Amino acid sequence: MISFLLILLTSLFFMGVIVRTKSIASGRKGPGLFQPMKDIFRLWKKGSVYSKTTSFIFQLAPTAYFASVLMAILMVPHGNNPGIISFDCDFVMFAYILALGKFLMIVAALDTGSSFEGMGASREALFSMLVEPAFFILMGSFTLFTGHTSFHSIFSMLHYGSYVSYMLGVLATFVLVLIAMIENSRMPVDDPKTHLELTMIHEVMVLDYSGFDLGIIMYTTNLKFAMYGAIISNLFISALPLEFSIPLFFAIQIGFAITAGIIESFMARFRMGHNPQFIFILTSVSLLIFFGALMVLEKFM
Amino acid sequence: MESLLIEIFNLLALVAMGCFLFFKTKGRGLITLGVITIQVIISSVVAFSVFSTGLIEYSYSGSWITEMIPVRIDFLSAWFILIISFTFLTGAWYGIQYMKKYIDQADNITLHAVAFILVYTSLIDICIVQNGFVLLVVWEIMALSSFVVVIFEHNKAETLKAGINFLIQSHVSILFLTIAFMWVRVKTGSFDFSAITAYTSTQPAITGIGLFIFFFIGFAIKAGFVPFHTWLPLAHPAAPAHISGVMSGVIIKIGIYGILRVLLLIKTDLTALGYFILTISVITGIYGVMLAIVQHNLKKLLAYHSIENIGIIGIGIGLGCLGIGYNNQILLVCGFGGALLHTLNHSLFKSLLFYGAGNVYQARHTMDIEALGGLIKRMPRSAFLFLIGSLAICGFPPFNGFVSEFFIYNGLFKGLLFNNFMFTLFVLFAILGLVIIGGLALLCFTKAFGIVFLGTPREKIHHDDLTIERPLRIVPMYAVALVIILIGIFPLLFTPWLQKIIQLYQPSSVSQTGAQLKTLLDNLTLIGWYSIGFIGVTALCYFIRHLIISRRSSEVDVTWGCGYTGETDKMQYTASSFIRTYRKLAEPLLSIKKEKQDASGLYPHPIRQVTHPGDKVENWLIDKPVSFIKRFLNRFVFLQNGNIQAYILYGFVFVGLAILFPLILDKIVLLMNFLKQL
Repeated sequence: MISFLLILLTSLFFMGVIVRTKSIASGRKGPGLFQPMKDIFRLWKKGSVYSKTTSFIFQLAPTAYFASVLMAILMVPHGNNPGIISFDCDFVMFAYILALGKFLMIVAALDTGSSFEGMGASREALFSMLVEPAFFILMGSFTLFTGHTSFHSIFSMLHYGSYVSYMLGVLATFVLVLIAMIENSRMPVDDPKTHLELTMIHEVMVLDYSGFDLGIIMYTTNLKFAMYGAIISNLFISALPLEFSIPLFFAIQIGFAITAGIIESFMARFRMGHNPQFIFILTSVSLLIFFGALMVLEKFM
Repeated sequence: MESLLIEIFNLLALVAMGCFLFFKTKGRGLITLGVITIQVIISSVVAFSVFSTGLIEYSYSGSWITEMIPVRIDFLSAWFILIISFTFLTGAWYGIQYMKKYIDQADNITLHAVAFILVYTSLIDICIVQNGFVLLVVWEIMALSSFVVVIFEHNKAETLKAGINFLIQSHVSILFLTIAFMWVRVKTGSFDFSAITAYTSTQPAITGIGLFIFFFIGFAIKAGFVPFHTWLPLAHPAAPAHISGVMSGVIIKIGIYGILRVLLLIKTDLTALGYFILTISVITGIYGVMLAIVQHNLKKLLAYHSIENIGIIGIGIGLGCLGIGYNNQILLVCGFGGALLHTLNHSLFKSLLFYGAGNVYQARHTMDIEALGGLIKRMPRSAFLFLIGSLAICGFPPFNGFVSEFFIYNGLFKGLLFNNFMFTLFVLFAILGLVIIGGLALLCFTKAFGIVFLGTPREKIHHDDLTIERPLRIVPMYAVALVIILIGIFPLLFTPWLQKIIQLYQPSSVSQTGAQLKTLLDNLTLIGWYSIGFIGVTALCYFIRHLIISRRSSEVDVTWGCGYTGETDKMQYTASSFIRTYRKLAEPLLSIKKEKQDASGLYPHPIRQVTHPGDKVENWLIDKPVSFIKRFLNRFVFLQNGNIQAYILYGFVFVGLAILFPLILDKIVLLMNFLKQL
């Protein structure tokens, strides 16, 4: 319950921190922390235009996408406090429910019959497919490392003993940050601020959305960021009492948002063709974590 | 009681064919429908009584060739009987509507109906009979009659070619099974299945593995494990939709039944078998889906997806074997449970998808994905059902595919905790495989559903038939979809039965560890609640959205084309362009032939590019050896010169040799003896 509320709270200002970081990095003062959320509220008040090519899928997809992320958040724990729902192998459900939302968004993009949106849909489908192995192997490594198989039991049992295990924690953070960046279609893989449809992924998929639905989609992105931030924070919270863990949670979330902002300010987007290779790196890093965990546990042979 | 029911079941098939003499085409169709329905009811009664009262066992005395014919219906048989029956029921009800289009081909339809009944009857008989010789005979009936149902449109050369390919490969499968049964027969003198157990338990493990390999190849050809899958992508597009659905749903599953049955019987080193099955299954799964993505023919795409799902089932079986081998309860339950449930699940969503594809085919007379599009507006119900099938096959909650994949994932992640380095590596490999399969399935079905049903038609529609969506035709599909969702939200629906089947695999030395099983089942209940929660949240959000949107202004306009507002049908993303990035990545592993004409000159011709996705395994395993044999045999083609005198000469030479050979042999022996005496 507590993590659910914290994530909802974080989602309100997360994007604001990213935008602020980017504007400071580029020498501007930048909008307030809550400006992106205010934009979303404005969108929710607006009317919308629907393409005549579209069907009910187009109408359903944003809501289902939002619901899928919301349901995924239910499973995210806060250190010792389990999420609202917690069961064995809940991370499998976590990955699959997010993939369901993505599936619907992809077919909704194809529903418009636009060539640009098809392009974005194709890339989104491929990149999200390439990212999945990294997440699963990461969770597999944690399973191996802690001997447990659910978000809550893994994160509450996560203790760093040796130097190698600290390294594993750092690598895991790295992988999770980049998974979050790719899943949310941000820099090095995709540039949300680009103004050329040919080079966009996520933004081009939602070209035809307007008004309420667009607001929902943008808010879902915020939620997703906050959700991944919460998972990253879990790597460090483990069994801390609430009065320490909650400030730490926010510190990590803000740190994550600033990192995302800095990545976006100082890195150029990769060429489309290089993205798969980059995403494969994540899988290999998580394999490294896996073998690191085997090493720590001295399970080699 | 049950033996009587089974006799009635078999007799009904014969009676139905007898009745065909007295009716016209329409009546014959109705008889087929009626008989299949009654047969399904009978076999379900038998299966249910097995689950409630336990094993049914009796035997016929047989003849001196077949020896005693034992009939045993255990939980495993009953489970497969139920799966087969349900798919055949929907298949028959859907099929009769599908066949209405061909009502003028009276003879052809009659043959088709006879073969359809035979396929169903023989499939059920395969599940219950436990005598090697009789099994081979029934298997042969099944193979021949499924050949007949596949080549319904035999006036097309392509269909006939696919059919003959299927016929030959089924017989290669029978060859392997025959060798395996003969092996046991020669060693023990009995065709009874229990002889396999008796034989292998006295032999060293390696003999058992060898025997299993023969059985496995025989069954794997039927099931479509790579590299024995090559008949599948040809036969499915050739067959009518209900046959493709039934074939992909249950006929290939009889191979899975065979493997599971043999695993029950053979006593050998199951750890080695587990590693073997796991490896081959991961390869099967990944290879199947990798090829599925690049297909342009909707039915061929679905056929390759069957191979993928056989891979997932195989991963479950492999995991279960390792569970027995390492004496690990959780692996055993998750592995076999996942495999058995996925067998059911796949038969549901795959038949639904094939029925959907059949509707598309009869409306648009093409299966080429590139030519389709925008069908959701013309056939909304088929599109909706196809979407449900697609989501289920990708393994998304709240549908049934997720439940069985979750079983297997659960087993795999639990397997990581197991203290064995080699095993951990294999599990890692299997997790990677399963995740990649899942991801690629998402890519594949966004393509299949998105391009076929969404957007606008990619080619001009000359004539399309919208009577396809008649209620009678859609109802069987809804029935399948209902079961899909039911299993998704009540995953515990079939677990009591699954538990009983899994008990069969329990090594007798191990007592049931109930606590672990209970946590697993509690887990499943939670998944069900979670799925219901997801549906509820989505519905609630959608309702709120509806409330808000109905108060805002809403307009309808053309799709945003970045300033371009003209005709955009031709500008839509195509299936090939949708998977282009993937194709570039996977090209080294696949063999894709490209024909490309670039624009050139001042006034260029229309440019075109065609890709032909090939199958590398087929190329190496079938095409190359066949062409080699052909080349070799071509050297003897001069013998076949069409000259009657020459043929008579061959006859004389043969007869002469046949008579002379023993005489010459005698003389040689004499000579040898003489030489020895020297």
